[in-house]
Amino acid sequence: MATSNVKVLGAWPSPFVNRVRMALKVKSVEYELIETNPHEKSELLIKSNPVHKKVPVLFHGDKKICESPIIVQYIDEVWTDGPSILPSDPYDRAVARFWAAYIDEKWFPLFQQLRDAQGAERGAVLEKISEGLLLLEGAFVDCSKGKAFFGGDNVGYLDIALAGCVGWVRASDILIGAKFLDETKIPRLVGWVERLYSDSSVKDLMPDPQVLIELYKKFQAVSNAASE
Amino acid sequence: MAEELKLFRTWSSPYSLRVVHALKIKGLEYETILEDLQNKSAAVLEYNPTYKKVPVLVHNGKPICESLLILEYIDETWKQRPLLPQDPYQKAMARFWAKFGDDKVLPSIWTVFISQGKEQEEAIAPAAGNLKFLEEQLKGKKFFGGETIGYLDLAFGWMANLISILEEIVDLKLVDPEIFPLLSTWMNTFSDDPVIKECWPPRDKMVEKFKAMREPYLQRTA
Repeated sequence: MATSNVKVLGAWPSPFVNRVRMALKVKSVEYELIETNPHEKSELLIKSNPVHKKVPVLFHGDKKICESPIIVQYIDEVWTDGPSILPSDPYDRAVARFWAAYIDEKWFPLFQQLRDAQGAERGAVLEKISEGLLLLEGAFVDCSKGKAFFGGDNVGYLDIALAGCVGWVRASDILIGAKFLDETKIPRLVGWVERLYSDSSVKDLMPDPQVLIELYKKFQAVSNAASE
Repeated sequence: MAEELKLFRTWSSPYSLRVVHALKIKGLEYETILEDLQNKSAAVLEYNPTYKKVPVLVHNGKPICESLLILEYIDETWKQRPLLPQDPYQKAMARFWAKFGDDKVLPSIWTVFISQGKEQEEAIAPAAGNLKFLEEQLKGKKFFGGETIGYLDLAFGWMANLISILEEIVDLKLVDPEIFPLLSTWMNTFSDDPVIKECWPPRDKMVEKFKAMREPYLQRTA
């Protein structure tokens, strides 16, 4: 299958872009990364994703696919000779999709809320993040069925969905000193995070939290200056 | 082994209707448990502890939640009369537009419905902008799914069911047939389909329900 016609429009710090890159890595698909600054809506970005104007966008030949969960499923369905990303059983697939959607719609947005929250509000958001982590710990038990990853022996759809976020979770952890990844509360997830850093499909696509913190501070400085 | 299939739903929810239609299209027998959202059953709380919402499909004791995910589950489990396209790209597009419908179209229409005066005027353009994308998707097609009703038609079914009801209540054209001829035609064609028609909630009850839902918003600005 020709793979030279695969491109990813995105930026290395983006959890959503990294999910796509992880999926392509699982399938051993070579691609070109077109780096873009997600805070500046380039003409290419607007043309490629006129509906949402967001990264990532996957280009496959003349096709454009947007929204990371949709892209990852597309990758799984097109490159069928590589390892499967989604489970084979329809019920397991529904569960994996459910938790991936939970991460995107309810849990990961809390980190943005945390950045914007002031005073007592912060405590409430921190509480919600921790509750979410407990739910995800439970999801891990259900999905992994005693194995190393949500997907079983190998990283799968839900691993990729959450792994993309880990860099930013750890960065937030350091910035706030919240200790999200507490092995006394979420031992299985903590073990899972450690295993991610040894897994060939994902380890090189998990940004260093310190680098993300520097990036974040730089961005804050720019936007503070812009709003003065 | 006898299949046990149960659907926990409300009588009016558009999300529940999606699943009802999907099960009908697939020709599946199942038990309906009607839920009162003010007084949810222990079963729903047990089957959907994360969101405590309906619809929930329970297949041989295993719960599946979130209507669009339920549609995919139904399609992957029962292969007759496919709902999603087979081609991965077409499938991706169907998923994309379904999500767009839930994340953008529905909330923007809802905003027009619940607001008044200047706020309502200002809400119309964004809603119309979203509808324009859907109009584009119908070019050259009878249904979003092509020749037959598919996943994306079911995802947008709420429009065929609800739009005329909301329009009647606010006395405003939300989907103007002159601006959105394809979408308007689709809404009628979809509604007239025998499978869909059979499972339509009673219109007068729906008008009553949505009028009541709008009340608190009217009082807020009074």
